[in-house]
Amino acid sequence: MRSVLPVLTIVAFILGFWTLAVVPMNIHLAADQAARGDMVVEPDDARARQEVGAFALALGNPAVIPMTYTLDRPRLPGPQQVVVELWNTVFAVAPTSNRSLIYHGWVTLSATLLGFGMGTALGIALAVGIVFSRTMDLSVMPWAIASQTIPILALAPMIIVVMGALGIQGLLPKAIISAYLSFFPVVVGMVKGLRSPDAMQLDLLRTYSAGPAQGFWKLRLPASVPYLFASLKIGISASLVGAIVGELPTGARAGFGARMLVGDQYGQPLVTWAALFAAAITAAALVGLFAALERVTLKRMGMAA
Amino acid sequence: MVSVDGNPQGLEHSAKTARSAVISASSVDLTFQTNDGPVHALKDVSLDIEKGDFVSFIGPSGCGKTTFLRCIAGLETPTGGALSVNGMTPDEARRARAYGYVFQAAGLYPWRTIGGNVKLPLEIMGYSKAEQEARVRRVLELVDLAGFARKYPWQLSGGMQQRASIARALAFDADILLMDEPFGALDEIVRDHLNEQLLQLWARTEKTIGFVTHSIPEAVYLSTKIVVMSPRPGRIADVIESTLPRERPLDIRDSPEFIAIAHRVRDGLRAGHADD
Repeated sequence: MRSVLPVLTIVAFILGFWTLAVVPMNIHLAADQAARGDMVVEPDDARARQEVGAFALALGNPAVIPMTYTLDRPRLPGPQQVVVELWNTVFAVAPTSNRSLIYHGWVTLSATLLGFGMGTALGIALAVGIVFSRTMDLSVMPWAIASQTIPILALAPMIIVVMGALGIQGLLPKAIISAYLSFFPVVVGMVKGLRSPDAMQLDLLRTYSAGPAQGFWKLRLPASVPYLFASLKIGISASLVGAIVGELPTGARAGFGARMLVGDQYGQPLVTWAALFAAAITAAALVGLFAALERVTLKRMGMAA
Repeated sequence: MVSVDGNPQGLEHSAKTARSAVISASSVDLTFQTNDGPVHALKDVSLDIEKGDFVSFIGPSGCGKTTFLRCIAGLETPTGGALSVNGMTPDEARRARAYGYVFQAAGLYPWRTIGGNVKLPLEIMGYSKAEQEARVRRVLELVDLAGFARKYPWQLSGGMQQRASIARALAFDADILLMDEPFGALDEIVRDHLNEQLLQLWARTEKTIGFVTHSIPEAVYLSTKIVVMSPRPGRIADVIESTLPRERPLDIRDSPEFIAIAHRVRDGLRAGHADD
């Protein structure tokens, strides 16, 4: 709870900066709209206004400034416009409507969770293999690292197209992109976690003549839990990004990615911004959920930091 | 076998040795190959430890006392000589679970309760659930932690944690207890108390104990036999059979006998250092 004040301070700073930026970003559009109406705008000629800087235009026409916050298609929407759009598309429409961000959120979230599950399972399996097999340690790790150097934006359309050619569409291709992004932090964290018991701990098990499986279940796996949670928090947000990216290249009809694209293509920045914020809020909620799980689990395991 | 002169008890003791050596080392060598060339961790170490003995290994760091204990435990393999534990090679003895080992740090699992930690070797060795419970109760009583089975390690002091790790080493049926500076990280007052408890425990359980320390009073107070070691190469400088009775109150440390033995240990340590 001590972190509330610093966080609010940063949020207030960002909101303040954003609010101020709206004026110069939208002043030309607002002036054009005002000129089409009955207002006197200086300079009067539309072509001449393009030559004037944003700040000069705002200072010359203070009456236009309030209008920069209420444009239908602003270059940069005001914070209050985004909040209203979020409210309208989350609470004011039925969750089944294709205008509802709940509906689009669930489409993206289901792919995120499926992909996160697949990625986590794959990551843990690879980590166990890497820790117990020297061959896998030498062969898998370089490939895992290389896989993350390929831009996902280049790879995502290929996965969607190839899977589409195989007749697989919808949830699974997006989940695979999510899994592709989320398995990596899990591999890295789990390898470190499974190797975290020190020499003394391993010697102790040798004095009991314990087998590798007993060492895994009784020592290595429990010891890796704090590392696993750190990885899961990175993995879940990477999964969400993966699912959104998976929605962009194929003209998906639903999902946060589809909303962002629609807003862009049809000149409705409010739609894009609302989807962007909804995705960010979803990611924060997911990470927060895992942070809470982590706190409870580590406390119960006597490993709380 | 060296014994303090003119002591009939000591002589009688060493006569028994030949017949019932639990741990027997002859000319044990261990050389580590490092980037800076070979390091002679142990050279020509010969020693017999009889059943029921409390043997301390004392010496400066680098004298090989811990390495020798690890050799007995089968955690290191000598590069020369012969070493037998219960008539087996150390590795066979390790697989037969012939000894309990107590490390410098308690090394309790934070995610297990004290009882759960003591249960760890029993689970691994496949004892039945009922047997596990009975043994945990018994050994926790033995180390005076009867009410703490459900506590977590972080709820206990350092001394209590180390007692729990001793209980863990006693939980299964091993006749030998190997202890590597178990009280090294504890303060003097706690250490005195634990030394006294350890002697009582030894008397009750009749285990054979190998104990590494660098404290002269601790070695003299606890041991029936003190092995003084010296470094570069690690070797035995002196073996002292204690003339103290098995029953030892803490104030025995002020007796002339105790002081005489401590003096001889100190002489042995000094002799080892002379050729540095």
